[in-house]
Formats: sequence, C-alpha cells, structure tokens
Amino acid sequence: MIRFEGVTKRYAGAPGHAPSVAVDDLTLEAPTGQITVLVGPSGCGKTTTLRMVNRMITPTSGSIWLDGRDTAALDEAELRRGIGYVIQHAGLFPHRTVLDNVATVPRLLGWDTAKARRRAAEMLELVGLEAAYGGRYPSQLSGGQQQRVGVARALAADPPVMLMDEPFSAVDPVVREQLQDEFLRLQRELGKTILFVTHDIDEAIKLGDQVAVLRVGGRLAQLDTPARLLADPVDDFVADFVGRDRGYRALGFRGAPPLALRDEPTVRLGAGVGAARAATTDRWLLVLDDAGAPVGWVEPDRLTGPIGPEHLHRGGTVARVDASYRAVLDAALSAPSGRGVLVDESGRFAGTVTANRVVAAMSRPAGASQVDPAGGEDGAGTGADGIRETAGGDPAGTAT
Amino acid sequence: MTWVWEHLGDIGGYAASHALLAGIPLVVGLALALPLGWLARRLPRVAPLIVGGSGLLYTIPSLALFILMPLVLGSKILDAINVYVAMTIYTVALLVRSVVDALGSVPESTALAATAMGYRRLGRALAVELPLAVPVLASGLRVAAVSNVSIVSVASLIGYPQLGYYLTDGYQRSFPLEIGVGIVGCVLLALVFDLAIRGAEWALTPWARAGSSGGSGRAPKEVAAT
Repeated sequence: MIRFEGVTKRYAGAPGHAPSVAVDDLTLEAPTGQITVLVGPSGCGKTTTLRMVNRMITPTSGSIWLDGRDTAALDEAELRRGIGYVIQHAGLFPHRTVLDNVATVPRLLGWDTAKARRRAAEMLELVGLEAAYGGRYPSQLSGGQQQRVGVARALAADPPVMLMDEPFSAVDPVVREQLQDEFLRLQRELGKTILFVTHDIDEAIKLGDQVAVLRVGGRLAQLDTPARLLADPVDDFVADFVGRDRGYRALGFRGAPPLALRDEPTVRLGAGVGAARAATTDRWLLVLDDAGAPVGWVEPDRLTGPIGPEHLHRGGTVARVDASYRAVLDAALSAPSGRGVLVDESGRFAGTVTANRVVAAMSRPAGASQVDPAGGEDGAGTGADGIRETAGGDPAGTAT
Repeated sequence: MTWVWEHLGDIGGYAASHALLAGIPLVVGLALALPLGWLARRLPRVAPLIVGGSGLLYTIPSLALFILMPLVLGSKILDAINVYVAMTIYTVALLVRSVVDALGSVPESTALAATAMGYRRLGRALAVELPLAVPVLASGLRVAAVSNVSIVSVASLIGYPQLGYYLTDGYQRSFPLEIGVGIVGCVLLALVFDLAIRGAEWALTPWARAGSSGGSGRAPKEVAAT
C-alpha cells in the first residue's frame, strides 16, 4: 500500500513571482494489489505526485508511506530498486540490448549476469515479446514493442509496487488499446500495487480500480471507483473533466444484459449469389468465415458474384454475449442492419440483438448496479460519439 | 627523394616521438576533462567558470607555454615533461566543452529512467551517460587529436625532437623536400589518430549502427477529447 499523508510540493518561483504549488496537501491511499489512477489536466501535479513516491522529487511537507515504512527514511537508490517504474516513450537505454535493458534492476541488485538474463528472458515472454527481440537494440523496435520492454524492465525484479507515468500515451490508439488490455491481463496475474498517471480520462476509467481526479494546483478533486466517478461527479470540474456521454460510458460497467438472442440467417464467405439471395429477404445478410466467426455484412441484391472480402460491410462492431451493456449496445448501433452481432467466448457467432431490446433490458431493475441508465434513452447520437471518443486524448498530451 | 630513403629511420623515430607527444596528453587530457565536464553539468553555478576557464587556456600561445613550463614545473628546458604537460593543458581546454556537450546529448528521459531504476550518481554516469556520450565525445576528441599533432610540431623551436624538426631544419637549410616530409608526416599522423578514434568509436557504439525499424506506434496524433 502507498499512503500519502498531507503531501505538499511547492516550487520557489522565479524572482518576483509567487512560489507555485504543484501538489497541495494530498492525502491518498493506493491499496495493495490494485490500480490507482491519477488523472487530471496539465499542471495538476500528477507526475510530481508519482515521482515523490520513489523520491525523484522530495516533498516540501507531508510524508509518503510504503507498506508502513516512511520512504523518507529509506536509502534513495535501494527504495527505487524496489519500485517498478515505467515512463512515456519507455525511456529504454539505447546502448543496451533489449535483454540487458530488462536485466537492469536485477543487475543493480547484485544478481550475476547469467541469472539476470534468464530472468529478463522470462519477462520478455511475459509481456508477449519473442525471445529473438532480446538481442536487438531499442531503436530496432516499434513504439509499442519498446513500451512492452519498458514494462518488462519494471517487472524484472518482481517489485510489489509499480509507478507508471503515461506509459501508453505515446503509441497509436490501436496499439494503446492492445497494451492496455494486456496490462490488465498481466495485473490480474501479478496483483501489483500500481500508481498510474494519465491525462486520458478514458484510460483512467478503463484501467483504474480507483481513480483520483486532480485539479490544477495539485488538489484532489475526487477519489472514487470509475463507475462512481461517471455516475456521480462531485463538482463541475470533475463533471467537465470526466466528459460527455457519461451515461453511455457508465454502461461499460454494467455487465452482461440478460438478452434473448435473435436467430439470424447467415452465409459462408465465398458462397454464390443464389445462396445469398435464398438465405434472406432482408436487405442485409451476415457473413461467417469457415470457423463460424462473423466477418461482416453483405447486401445480397447488389452481389454480382461469389461473396469475397471486398463485398463486406465492416462497420459493425462485435460483442461477446457476456460483454457489458455498452459493448452490446454499440454492436447494435453500429451494425448496418441494426442488429448487433454477438459471439461466444471462442469468437463463433451466437446471435443478434437490436438496440431496442438492449434498451428494454436496461430499463428493467438492474440489481447491484448503481448506474442510472436514464442517459441511455437517446443513445443513438451520443453513442456514436462515445465510440470515437475512446481513441481520443488530451490536446495537451504532455506529462505535467 | 634519396634523402627520404636515407633518413627513413630518423623520420620513423621522429614520427613515433611526435605520436607519443600528441597521443599521451590526449589520453591524460580526456581523463581530466571527463570529471571536469561532469562536474560542470552537475553544478550549473560553476559551469561557466569551468568551461570558460578551461577554454581560455587554449588562447595561450604554445611557444610561450612551452617556455613557461620549466618555470612552473621546475624542470629542465629540454625535458619532455614540459611538452607533455603543455599538450595536456591544450587537450583539457578543448575537451571540457566537448564532455559537457556529450553528456548533454544523453536523452533526458534515459537519464531519468536510470535514476528511477536505482542507479546512484556515479553508477549512472559510468554505466549509462558515458557510453551514450561516446559519439559526441569522439568528434571532440578527433578535433583535439589533430590540434595536438599540429601544436606539438612547435616544440621543435625549443629543441625537442619530433616531426616539427624537419620544418625548422628545412627552413634554415632552404631545403623544401625536408619541409615537405615534415608536413606530410604531420598530416599522415593526424590521419592515423583520426582513424584510430573513429575505430574506437565504432567498436564502442554497436547500438548506434542498429537500424531503426520505424514501426508502428510512434508520434501519435493527439485527438482533442471533449
């Protein structure tokens, strides 16, 4: 557990200017085994907060406790070796191979080279990099791969605590989402105590077990679970920062609506015009591959030959039957036919569902969920915005 | 041309002596400039003093410095130590700024990451900053090497034997061939130094030759969020 107790960081101003406050009387607990996300606009002191934990920055007042030990009393270098640290752009050592980069902290802890490299190789495998990458230099890797190496390096000495400073913000949206998903998978396995800094509220909501929203001047505005943050922002600043489409995005935390699936006529990729037209009288027909996974929709009336990949309409998203309301509703809203495509856990087509059905399911009492679904009624317009928005970022995309 | 063949042994001896007079101060000067440059980066307040002060040394005329050395060191006028010390001073004068620039060329995020991994100051300097500073350092060292080879030839005026001897002797005897041998010898020696430093740089920076994959995931376009 990381505990901040009344932590303040003040910087002496330039001559003639008032001193500036980066972090103002912060009291916060990052529970063991959970991800605590610090999120806020530029200048809210989130990176300063993070760097005070491993004493890269010294607090002006207050104290920071790591599993019951006051960090101020520990040796700086030893403290840091016991804390995994991942930064934006990975910050790898360009002059060392990937393997030796990952072996850095074990080597600093005095492991012999062979043991440290064996460990490093395991770490590469853990973050999904082939062993062949171990012998390369960081400049030979893509941004996403470098970021994986950064995570592997932070994990190499198996520290109980990890600090992550915008680790995924320097990669493109597709790679970012992939890294986020793998990070969550890894965290389920490893159960580290993680303090994670981002300026991207969507990332915060996706990754955080709890999210701390900071305002400019380094004051804690709200500390809550992502669902609570979306459902009940404490003030206008948090509401603005959390952004639009809160009702829709909150649906992401409502799991698995109980839905009766429609039967849907389907056709195999490569089937002829006749087979396609015989399958349905509807304008749209769903196409599956040989494994039974949905690949897209076609309009049988416009076909001139066997169904090829070039005929497919790929606008519709696909949701798993046990996915959240948000994913299922999104599938329905994005499908050209208006029928959302659902798959089972192995990716095979399970059935379709319309947006009306999903909304109707939402309107039924939702048991444990605290989220007020009222915002979902006019879902069509805001929904489309919400989907695009997940790829967004803060215009001021720099660390504070 | 027969003169050259007859004196080949002498020329080789003078060249070797010239190489030592230029090369040893280069190594010693580098060893002194490294901590000075590192200190200048660590202490921004005294940095102008260290960088400016050492740079000023280079403006001392070489002949004056050679003659001054016996007074400072208490050595004999023909002692080689005078040349070694004077050349070391010139090397330091040239290299301190190079070291400061070279350490400054290490990416901020890399240095930061090294600290966050748990390197202490000295460890970080030796294990991370120094290896990454090699390319910039090497170019500074090449300038210093050529400068040393040329300045050492002046030492012939105080009678210390090296390739510069052929310049003074050839001039006194109005013997252009001998002057030519001195010049070509100096140029070849400078070239050898340059190649040796390039070779060392090549051996020390395999990472700089590794091509960039330029794959996906760099330079994201930030999209405005609402």
